[in-house]
Amino acid sequence: MADPTHLTLAEARDALKARKLSAKELTKAHVDAIARAKVLNCYITETPDLALAAANQSDGRLARGEARPLEGLPLGIKDLYCTKGVRTTAASRILHGFTPTYESTVSGNLLRDGTVMLGKLNLDEFAMGSSNETSAFGPVISPWRRTGDDVRIVPGGSSGGSSAAVAARLCLGATATDTGGSIRQPAAFTGTVGIKPTYGRCSRWGIVAFASSLDQAGPIARTVRDAAILLRSMAGHDPKDATSVDAPVPDYEAAVGASVKGKRVGVPKEYRLDGLSAEIAALWDQGVAWLKEAGAEIVEISLPHTRYALPAYYIIAPAEASSNLARYDGVRYGLREKGRDITDMYENTRAKGFGAEVRRRVMIGTYVLSAGYYDAYYLRAQKIRSLIKRDFDQAFAAGVDAVLTPATPSPAFAFGEKGRADPVEMYLNDVFTVTVNMAGLPGLALPAGRSSNGLPLALQLIGKPFDEETLFSLAAAIEQAAPKLPAPEPWWSGR
Amino acid sequence: MSVDSTLVRRIAHLSRIKVEDAEVEKLGHELNAILAFVEELNAVDVSGVEPLTSVLPMTMKRRQDVVTDGGKAEDILANAPEREDHFFVVPKVIE
Repeated sequence: MADPTHLTLAEARDALKARKLSAKELTKAHVDAIARAKVLNCYITETPDLALAAANQSDGRLARGEARPLEGLPLGIKDLYCTKGVRTTAASRILHGFTPTYESTVSGNLLRDGTVMLGKLNLDEFAMGSSNETSAFGPVISPWRRTGDDVRIVPGGSSGGSSAAVAARLCLGATATDTGGSIRQPAAFTGTVGIKPTYGRCSRWGIVAFASSLDQAGPIARTVRDAAILLRSMAGHDPKDATSVDAPVPDYEAAVGASVKGKRVGVPKEYRLDGLSAEIAALWDQGVAWLKEAGAEIVEISLPHTRYALPAYYIIAPAEASSNLARYDGVRYGLREKGRDITDMYENTRAKGFGAEVRRRVMIGTYVLSAGYYDAYYLRAQKIRSLIKRDFDQAFAAGVDAVLTPATPSPAFAFGEKGRADPVEMYLNDVFTVTVNMAGLPGLALPAGRSSNGLPLALQLIGKPFDEETLFSLAAAIEQAAPKLPAPEPWWSGR
Repeated sequence: MSVDSTLVRRIAHLSRIKVEDAEVEKLGHELNAILAFVEELNAVDVSGVEPLTSVLPMTMKRRQDVVTDGGKAEDILANAPEREDHFFVVPKVIE
């Protein structure tokens, strides 16, 4: 068989079941591809021996007819998911030497279904960033390059290791997490498919917490079908997460290819920002045309509080982060720096352990929650969050089934190009994705075209709570109509 | 509201993060840039709006009040930077 790393997850699953390919061959091909792609820095920790041993077991099960749903499929796991016996870093120095004694529920669900873990994927430190430049383990390099130059491009963030590894064929699919756009923006930048499901669809237990009311796990994959297959395995109720929802998990794959005739898709006029690039505007129009051809009905809608979502997010997310990250105190796990007394030990440990962006956000969060400022900042932001959610509730109540928007305001940029002087410049990357987290809705990003300089561009679909199925159906219709994105040229592999 | 160097130091202490003197001015600029960005929220009329507490209507599930887990002292201490028997060791707290 030709290079099995170029199979989709669904094709690999079917090839394994038909015994045209062994799990060991499939895993070995990925292990070799990872070894040739060190320059991309996708993996913080590689676990080839564990992977090959697991693949061997999968081959045994396949031979005995005891294959589980995702038997033998090699995946990368974002290094924000705790993995039993395998170092977990959150891309931070402060978790130095931390090896969990337990498995996160979502990565455990994938193991239960037979997947093989190739290793732990790089990310922005504590998932705080949009370019992977804040990782304590160095940035991930996108496999994509602009046409005609070899400037290094960011893979997006925070799930940049996940997006780059999937695009570069260093795993069949990956886990990711999304607090303000951290699945959808990196998927958009790398020509991959990412879905942040409804808040509560996946358990957060065992995933390093950033902003608990916004965080949600989801997959990044190369096709809509592959994302659907992975989400089905990842999702589900977990008694260990009180915010996980006890509702049956549908067969999402069955929604891929289902007719979208008569679906009403809203196009929010507030997303047509002043200064939106002509390229992005044209992509959006093209998406509208494809959905119309597939039989969907397009309606203009209004989400009047859209512009306030990003500033409100930059109060709520840091506030929750400052509280969640209080646990890194040098006592129970991770880094400890010496100090004169216990306070000095805390302060030295946290100064040494946290990078610049994490420190900024913890400090902003501490400030907006501090005595005298709580009402002016945090309480006001939570009221605005109610208004943002109400906008969506009203659109859905008026009969809209889903919303179509661009995924990002621009294609991927080069390292150092954004946020050097002003951190807010980097934050603007999430302008189209952050509303979805604020309202707890599902959102899916998928490739839909390329920029004038050859980089992938993406559209976003936003759905009703727990209606991921409609997103998969609409996304499959766009995927079908859009020009096929080729694999990036493997400039990194030296072959 | 502008963050001056005194406030930067106060926030850093509340956050339990040591800040070097040389970093204070730059941090002040960065925090001010973020606060200027969120300033826009003051333009929104929020009178009569309830703050959002849960994105989805959820009722907390109840369970029997029984022990479901435990006896994992070794697991809990496995990553401790400093320990003695089944205790975490910290610098002296009580003088």
